[in-house]
Amino acid sequence: MGTNVKLLTLTGSESLEESLEYCREIVEDAEYPTVRRWRATGGKVLGHFQVYFPEELAHAAGMLPVKLRGAQVECREADSHFGSYLCAIIRSSLEVVLTDRLKLDMFVTHPICDVARNLAGIWARNCPEPAQILYLPQNPNSRHSLDYLTEEYRRVLDDIEEIVGRTVSDDDLRSSIAVFNENRQLLRELYAIKRDTPWLLPVHEAYILVALGGLIQRDEHNEVLRRLIPLIRDRDSRKQDKLRVVFEGGFCEQPPLDLLREIAHFCYVVDDDLLIGLRWILEDVDREGTPLKNLADAYLNKSSYSPVQHDLRKPKEKMLLARIREAEAEAAIVSAAKMCEPGLDEQVPYSEALDEEGIPYFLTEFEERMTSFDHLQIQLETFVENVVFAAPGADGAGLQLVIPEGVS
Amino acid sequence: MTVATPSPIVGRGARDGAELFRDWYGDLTQASARGEKAAYAFVMGSMVELLRSFDMNVVFPEINSLQTAVRRVSDEYLSEAEDHGFSPDVCGYVKADYALQLRGGEHPMGRIPQPSVAVLTNACNTYLKWGEIWERMYDVPMITVDVPGTRGAGMKPSARGFERDRLYVEQQLREAIEVLEEVTGRPFDIDRCRDVMRLTNEMNRDWRRVLELNRNSPAVYDAMMDGTVYLGVANALRGTEQGAAYFKDLVEELEYKVEAGIGVLPAVDNGSKREQRLIFVGVPCYPIFRRFSELFSEWGGVFVSSTYTWFASGGLDVNFDYDLERPIESLAEGLLLGVQRAVDAMLFHDTALLEAIDEFDADGVVYHPIKSCRTVSTGLADSRRQVLDNRDVLCLYIESDMMDKRVVSEAQLKNRIDAFFEGLDSRALRRASAAAGGAS
Repeated sequence: MGTNVKLLTLTGSESLEESLEYCREIVEDAEYPTVRRWRATGGKVLGHFQVYFPEELAHAAGMLPVKLRGAQVECREADSHFGSYLCAIIRSSLEVVLTDRLKLDMFVTHPICDVARNLAGIWARNCPEPAQILYLPQNPNSRHSLDYLTEEYRRVLDDIEEIVGRTVSDDDLRSSIAVFNENRQLLRELYAIKRDTPWLLPVHEAYILVALGGLIQRDEHNEVLRRLIPLIRDRDSRKQDKLRVVFEGGFCEQPPLDLLREIAHFCYVVDDDLLIGLRWILEDVDREGTPLKNLADAYLNKSSYSPVQHDLRKPKEKMLLARIREAEAEAAIVSAAKMCEPGLDEQVPYSEALDEEGIPYFLTEFEERMTSFDHLQIQLETFVENVVFAAPGADGAGLQLVIPEGVS
Repeated sequence: MTVATPSPIVGRGARDGAELFRDWYGDLTQASARGEKAAYAFVMGSMVELLRSFDMNVVFPEINSLQTAVRRVSDEYLSEAEDHGFSPDVCGYVKADYALQLRGGEHPMGRIPQPSVAVLTNACNTYLKWGEIWERMYDVPMITVDVPGTRGAGMKPSARGFERDRLYVEQQLREAIEVLEEVTGRPFDIDRCRDVMRLTNEMNRDWRRVLELNRNSPAVYDAMMDGTVYLGVANALRGTEQGAAYFKDLVEELEYKVEAGIGVLPAVDNGSKREQRLIFVGVPCYPIFRRFSELFSEWGGVFVSSTYTWFASGGLDVNFDYDLERPIESLAEGLLLGVQRAVDAMLFHDTALLEAIDEFDADGVVYHPIKSCRTVSTGLADSRRQVLDNRDVLCLYIESDMMDKRVVSEAQLKNRIDAFFEGLDSRALRRASAAAGGAS
């Protein structure tokens, strides 16, 4: 099974707008058409829950790595498997599998939070495919975490090999690393456009292009990005007087696309942590030497940050401030999915750090299935006007708008 | 039923446990008054053997927080933390501790010293977020020992895989010792560590015996109510002479009760009520702790086992003795097994629960997921389906919280619990009737 099977029906002659519209339909389609096409060719599928999974392992084995990031579906089957006080993403992620919208050959979750860890047991009780936890280290500061993670990747690769019925060589891995290195480079270019010329690429369109990568092989994703990035750069869009903001809080459960579109009406989102797992590694992964060790090293030492990874080198509030500075943002939208413990916990130090720095911020919660944005629109508009037209308070503290009840 | 004359040792475990707890808080209060600091640790993977070998004061913030609920003041602490920006939807333990720190350690049982170091594992992800709070507040070192868990339901590691994980834990423990030496300014004393480990071994054997003794009928203690007292001592005084002696005495008391046929409920002992043997899954409802227990005991319900005693003891029920000839290696093995047992008791408890139903001859299982703890609660609705598919027991699923009385509705709980017992009674009658019909 080659990894260069075409799963999109783009011909390459479509305009940028036509291509973006097509990609949006693919990303929002809870029937997973690309995965169905892949399976129809006899391909096997590895589903991995948020946030980060070394997809090179699946790719090198000829599997399609699919990111489980929730879906806009009614949870008729999955709801009875969960109690209250839990986030929406776990319900919809299980729903798409229980209802056969998405068929997997292997499922991997991570100890990113107490809810996600539980998915391995729930999956095992309800789904035929093998389910497991990839124990990414929560002590990356240990001198021994690199060796541990290398061995852990080896263990997962052994399980993958069993499913595909063949051995994955170091050269297979090196080839996949090359594909993913190019993908990371292209995604960095996309984010550079967003940062430097945000009027050319609003947040919801950038999101669509990133999310697409979780549904097709990266070889094809690279082709799409290679064609579209120049078209984006040549776009005939004029700069507007919008507030430059960083959006924080999209590392796991995803805000609905309409919410991002609403934000884009008022703001240029110049950086964010949306689908950060697909952009976790910030540099090229070395191809020389031992591939698994190189991947482990990149996870630990060449990576971004999120509320679900503990690393003494990356105090989250300082990382957020750095993200804001590097993107030359004027304000932040500090968000969290409802019932997301790590995201909600992080809102406190984020707010304190932003207050100290006098950076205005908009504090909110979201849910993947929210459909009403009127409230958000008014509040966001008020926030933006306050920042743009009003001076910060006399004490130097930043403006803030707190919306504890969410925006739906 | 003949019930022997109660000996003075009956009830000793509850009395002594309460007294030891008061003394322990007294010691912490005195330490705080002397300006001493403490190592902050968590019940799952406390690594107390290392901390005690440095003669450090040890604080368990989870215990402090639950005590605010038991003492009915948790709402004050929660409100204070929420005023500082914490969401109502995050762990109540974290919020109560945050407010306690803002109050300079003020606690209904005394005064808690500030941390000099935080020691934690990944047994609960909230531990990591919690530790980061102290790191920010006090700029103290945070020692995280990453303990790889069971990778999937029924996935047993190979011998090589287990050794790989054990070695990773050992390497991190050695790194932790370096930090503790720096924090305390004294070298690690391996013989002192051996002494502490020996005392944990003694407690561990007796703890397992305590859990096992409730297989008898009538049950000799309530695993949720009394079990929480025992748990408190097991965690707070693990690796101490007092703790080991307490459990030795407790085993003596419970064995006496078994022999004398003394159960938990007088109404069961005198034959006026039938004992309904239940298994508790989750964390108790501390804001109305006693009442919560009474809602079951009034119907003759006794918790013969509780998953809380599995995971909140940090896996003390694992059949494992530290090897004092190779203390660090063995400490790593014990930590790995203990944390894995604790985490499995929350994530992958299906098989253990089915076995407990059989071994404890349970009539029903009570699931109590809570808002505050998603580690424990996420899988419970699904686990219940599994149990119902595999055993002829009744299951009750009730939600509330361990800290936040805003989501505790006693009337609603009572309605559900009453209906559950009516179901149990009616099933018992049907069975009795069927047995009588079959016999005739």
